[in-house]
This record gives sequence, structure tokens and C-alpha cells, in this order.
Amino acid sequence: MFLRVQLPLLLTFLAGLIPIVAFFFTEKARLVKVPNDRLEKWMIIIAGFAIMLGVVNVVQGNIRKIERKGPGWHYAIFLLIGLVLPGSFGLLGAFNVGPFHGISPHADGSPSPFSFFVSYVFQPLQATMFSLLAFYVASAAFRAFRVRNLEATILLLAAVVVMLGRIPLGESLFAWIPGGKLALGTFTEWLMNNPNTAAQRGIMIGAALGAASLSLRVILGIERSYLGLEKD
Amino acid sequence: MSIELIGTWIAALLTLCLFSFLYKDNPFFRFAEALFAGVSLGYYIGQTANNTLKPNLVLPLVHDFRGNYDLVIPALLGLNLYTRYIPRIAWMARFSLAVYVGYYTGVNMVQKLQGEVLPQAGATMMPLLGAFPIAGTTALLVTLAATALVLGLIDSARGHLTRGAVIFVSTWIVARVVAQVAFPLAADALDNLLLFVGVIMVLIYFFFSLEHRGAVGGMSRLGIWFLMLGFGAAFGYTVMGRVSLLIGRMNFLIIDWIGGTVRAIGG
Repeated sequence: MFLRVQLPLLLTFLAGLIPIVAFFFTEKARLVKVPNDRLEKWMIIIAGFAIMLGVVNVVQGNIRKIERKGPGWHYAIFLLIGLVLPGSFGLLGAFNVGPFHGISPHADGSPSPFSFFVSYVFQPLQATMFSLLAFYVASAAFRAFRVRNLEATILLLAAVVVMLGRIPLGESLFAWIPGGKLALGTFTEWLMNNPNTAAQRGIMIGAALGAASLSLRVILGIERSYLGLEKD
Repeated sequence: MSIELIGTWIAALLTLCLFSFLYKDNPFFRFAEALFAGVSLGYYIGQTANNTLKPNLVLPLVHDFRGNYDLVIPALLGLNLYTRYIPRIAWMARFSLAVYVGYYTGVNMVQKLQGEVLPQAGATMMPLLGAFPIAGTTALLVTLAATALVLGLIDSARGHLTRGAVIFVSTWIVARVVAQVAFPLAADALDNLLLFVGVIMVLIYFFFSLEHRGAVGGMSRLGIWFLMLGFGAAFGYTVMGRVSLLIGRMNFLIIDWIGGTVRAIGG
């Protein structure tokens, strides 16, 4: 029981306490700062292993899918190919194994195997995937912006003003008014800097207070779900 | 055929595969989607190995093991995460997780309070009165808007939530227009008041320990209006970003792919 429950909770408490205590001391307080700096370096390394853990999970899940021949299992093969090829090129390139040297393009400008995948597969797919949202966002907007009440109207007006205020068409709409060419752009800027900032700031302060209180719950061992433990 | 042109063809065909979803769901889209998921992970493997594990763990240990022997501890803790795949000792992974989560919650707590709450709160409390010689006008307009806020709250307390919020907003707009036309420096003071009131109202909307009725309900209603303005602006901003990406992809297909191929054939 101690090893499986209390010790992990104690480790969380101690590891959480170190950066909080270190925050209140200057660099001269080596007794506090040295463990904090060391722990900071260590965490970067553990994070690296944690990312690889996610990769193992995905590989496991997709191999299982192929074995069971579940719906769309053919696509799982492409997913694994897509993972293994750049992944292995990246690993081999990072550690200069065999003919692989680095993951960046070579000095003569020719792409390394890894950077070839990044430039011609990963980046185009990523940009296209996000650009597809431009179409779906339009239908989502239609549903969200139907003028049903005051709140939806405010949402609609703010979105339209911001969209029009950032394109040449918006400028030309008011160009016939003396000095009106920049009016929409100026109003958009004002909208972004004042009411929008107020809303974002309120959300940010609220979320930060929530995150801080959750952190306190984790450090004190009240919140334990991240360890797979039920709350008492 | 150069390696760049081969790459451009691959990128163009994958782009078309994804765009084919605009017609309907089809195997080409599903293929490109699966490939994207896989390549994204492959990308992170390469980046993590090259930018995290190599410079922070492998190189220091290889070049100076004596001076960096302590790095064996995070390496072991990192490897220990994988014990979760051995059911008999899966619980051991909790040690690594405990240290990792514990440290970052501690960092997070300090960062959120010191790096977000305090600076944001500080930036919200801006001067409400402008400098001489328009101090009198500014004071007059700000007092007018502030009075409308109080009157709106009183009205909300009587049960007229929307009317209370409208009283403040409409008075503020009138004061702001007057300032814009006749006293530009007073406009800043009114904007500062709006920012302050907006942040407080949004926070009140998220405060659920009090029932949103009466004056609290009126403030919460005003908070929703600010949130709607914020969401609308964020939505518009996102749409413009996505459209810009779409234009980028179209440019790529027309200029890089078709244009590049024509140039290559033409020699």
C-alpha cells in the first residue's frame, strides 16, 4: 500500500513543493535553487520519454486494429507506415547512424530523408487539413450566427466586423465617406483591443485561478486521478 | 526530374486527396488522413530525439559521464514509465508520473498566479482620468458612464437584468462618441473603464457560488455580452486565418505544382 499509493503521492508533493519554494528565493539560495534547476533539466528528459510513450500507445492500438481486421484497418497500415518512415529517419538522423546525418536539410540545400517528409508530406498535409476548416467553419457559422437572440446578434456582428475589417473589401465599403476608408479597420482594432481584450482577460484570469487551485489539489494529494487512483 | 519536383508532386497529390473530402468522405481522404496522423507522430519522434533526448541526455552522458551522471536518474524515471506495459509491475510507472506531474503542477501554480493573474489584473486597472487640461471633461464623461453602471445595477437588482445592462452600455456609447468627436483624450479613459468593467463582469459570469439573480444577474448578463463580443472576434480571426491557409494551398497547387511542372517540361 505504501509503495503503490502513499509513496507516489509523497513524491508528487515533494516534486511540486520544490519549484514553489524556489520561487521565493534568489539565486544565492543554492540549497533551494540547485535542486530546482536540476529537476527542471530532468523533467525535459522525462517529457521526451513520455512523448515516446504516446507513440507506443498509438502503435499498439493500430497493430491490434490490423490483427482484428476492424473497420478501416487498411488505413491503420498507412498510419503505421507514415509513423515508422519519418520516425526512423528522425531517430537515425538525430544520432547520425549510418548514412543519416542530422534531421535538417543538408548544407548543399538538398533535403535529408526526415526533412523531405517534413517539407513534402507533413507540412502540406497539416496546412491542407487546417485550410479544410475554412469550408466547415462557414456551415458552423450559419448555425451559430442565426440571429435568434441578442447574444447571437452580438456574436455575429463582432465576427463580421473583424472579418471585414481585415480585408480590402471592408475598406472599400466605407471609402465613399470622407475619411471613412480606414474607419472599419480602426474600429476592428478597437474591438480587438478593448471589449475582446476584456473578455479574453476575464477568461484567462478565471482559467489561471482554476489551474492554480487544481495544482494545489494535485500537490496536496486530493486529486489523484492522474495516478489511476480513485478519490477517497 | 529533381527531388524537389517529386516532393511537390507528392505534396500536391496528398493535398488533392484531403480536398476530395469536400465532395464526400472517400478512401483517398481516409488514406491521407491516416498518413497525416502517422507522419505527425513520426515528426515528433524525430524532433524529440534531435531536440530533447540528444542534447539533454545522450550527448552530455557520452561526452562527460562523470560530470553528468545524475542524468541517469531521469533516464531511469523515463524508462520506468514503460513498466505500465508489464501488468505485474505496472504500478511502478506511478513513481515517474508522480515526479513529472508533481513538478509541473508546482511550476504551473506559480506561473499561472505570477505570470497571468497578477499581470492581467494589473493591466486592467488603468487610470480613469486623463491629464490636464481635459481632466474636467474626462472626469465628467467617466462619471456619467460610472453613474449609468450604478443605475444599471440598481435596475438589475429590481429584476430588469437586460434593461440594467442596456443602461450602462448605451450611456457608455454616447459618452464614447462625444469623447471621440470632441475630446479624443477622454476616449482612452472611457476605454479603460470599459476594459475594467468588462473583465469584472466576465469574472462574475464565471462565479457560480452566487445565484445569477438581481444585480449579480445584471452583471452576469453584461459579462455574457462581453464574452459574445470576444468569441465573435476570435471566430472572425480564426476564419481569416483558415482562409489565408486555403489561399496558400491554392497558390501551392497553381504556382508550385502546375507552374513548376510546366517549367520543368519546358526545360
